[in-house]
Amino acid sequence: MKESLHALAKDMLTSLRDLMPVVVVIGVFQLFVFQGPTGQLTEMLAGGLLVVAGLAFFIFGLRLALFPIGEGLAHALAKKGSVFWLVTFAFVLGFGTSVAEPALIAVVAEAAIVAANAGHIASSPEAMDAYAFGLRMTVAFAVGTALIVGVLRILLNWSLPIMIIGGYMLVLLLTSIAPEEIIGIAYDAGGVTTSTVTVPLVTALGIGLASSLKGRNPLTDGFGLIALAALAPILFVLLYGIVA
Amino acid sequence: MELVVNSLKFIANSAADVLPIMVFLFAFQRLVIGSPIPHWRRIAVGFLFVVVGLGLFLVGLEQTLFPLGRLMAKQLTDPDFLQAITGRGIEALVWQDYYWVYLFALAIGFSTTLAEPALIAVSMKAHEVSGGAIGIWGLRIAVAIGVGVGVSLGCYRIIDGQPLHYFIGAGYLVVIIQTSMAPKIIVPLAFDSGGVTTSTVTVPLVTALGLGLSEAVPGRSPLLDGFGLVAFASLFPIISVLAYGQLAVLRDRISKSDPDKRDKPEEDNHAL
Repeated sequence: MKESLHALAKDMLTSLRDLMPVVVVIGVFQLFVFQGPTGQLTEMLAGGLLVVAGLAFFIFGLRLALFPIGEGLAHALAKKGSVFWLVTFAFVLGFGTSVAEPALIAVVAEAAIVAANAGHIASSPEAMDAYAFGLRMTVAFAVGTALIVGVLRILLNWSLPIMIIGGYMLVLLLTSIAPEEIIGIAYDAGGVTTSTVTVPLVTALGIGLASSLKGRNPLTDGFGLIALAALAPILFVLLYGIVA
Repeated sequence: MELVVNSLKFIANSAADVLPIMVFLFAFQRLVIGSPIPHWRRIAVGFLFVVVGLGLFLVGLEQTLFPLGRLMAKQLTDPDFLQAITGRGIEALVWQDYYWVYLFALAIGFSTTLAEPALIAVSMKAHEVSGGAIGIWGLRIAVAIGVGVGVSLGCYRIIDGQPLHYFIGAGYLVVIIQTSMAPKIIVPLAFDSGGVTTSTVTVPLVTALGLGLSEAVPGRSPLLDGFGLVAFASLFPIISVLAYGQLAVLRDRISKSDPDKRDKPEEDNHAL
């Protein structure tokens, strides 16, 4: 208990240090460029304290829960030796964490408006909802598929650079034939799916898996899942734009 | 009082995001692995910290950083501000006149990345599995430089009106060349860095900057030009982290200028 409190206090100090650069940047710009008032000081101070405490709590919980459970499950699945369950786990983790992601829901709603304005779909609420839902499922499916591919890559030792660079070449190719309004949404979709809770879990899954397989190095084989999870949605959304 | 209500609302939201994942993980462990989660009590407490921490972090950002950052992005791209600084109307401005925008993009991209929780998580893991060879701060600063430079260049693109895929294409060409030369152990981590940066803190501010710019600059549309900054923010960290790996090797070679070491590429992997 006393040890945990000590660790938490240390995390608070680290968070304070992590947030200092932002405070300095905002402060300097406010003072020297705008020379304006900085808003209500007490509110700012209270908000700042919440940010520091929140970040410290998150990092503390990360070490206590997200990392151990992700790695533990990866070890257990590797020991079980069932590729089926490993792949199922990877897909559900990717699909499940993306499909409910608030940032994604916001982006697809925006996309439906853009598509309706461009005349690609009818501007009735039903048509827009259907389009947004289709897009959301596409992105979630893309992330799930990316994690399957990523897990298979760790198992079968495929080359990550070839997959990533090949993937982005495909993205550039599809960009040139996709309808113009979908491009922005597609590039944004890659960013919105890699949320703060998903990243540690997925990283732990990759590293846990690579460290429990013989002949795999956690550093060279364990990382790479996030890269695939960020790439696949761009690809799938561009395809969705071309097909839909 | 309002802050307390807001905090509770944000904590409830983050619980709604995290709980389904937690239920899935616990159920999977129970039903497929067939054993209870080891130290499940500690893990449940950890999840509680994650939920509360994320909620407080977001409510605090909403209270302080986001409104200020959005306001600044708006002010910096305000035609009146640009006119006051350059003494010319917005129609007469050339891309060099937007220097405050580039500087702000660089500084805000760099500093928000350092506070990005997902990046802290990945750096902690990279530090751990590399046996301390990859420094937590080294990696984070490398990523932050990449995001800062990327966002700054992305702003230049919006102002100058060049097509997005020219930059992305050129960027990936650089990545391909670097990948063939950089030490192997840094490559997957570098690719991951691209996806990690685009989460909680950086995206809202960078998006506000992009939208503000594309509204202010004549001839740009927020729908077509406002995006793309996130793509820059994910591409450039790959380049900067690969460069970080290459620099570490270079430094190592200079410090022990023993000629036979040069012929052993496996030595490179210990240099980081």
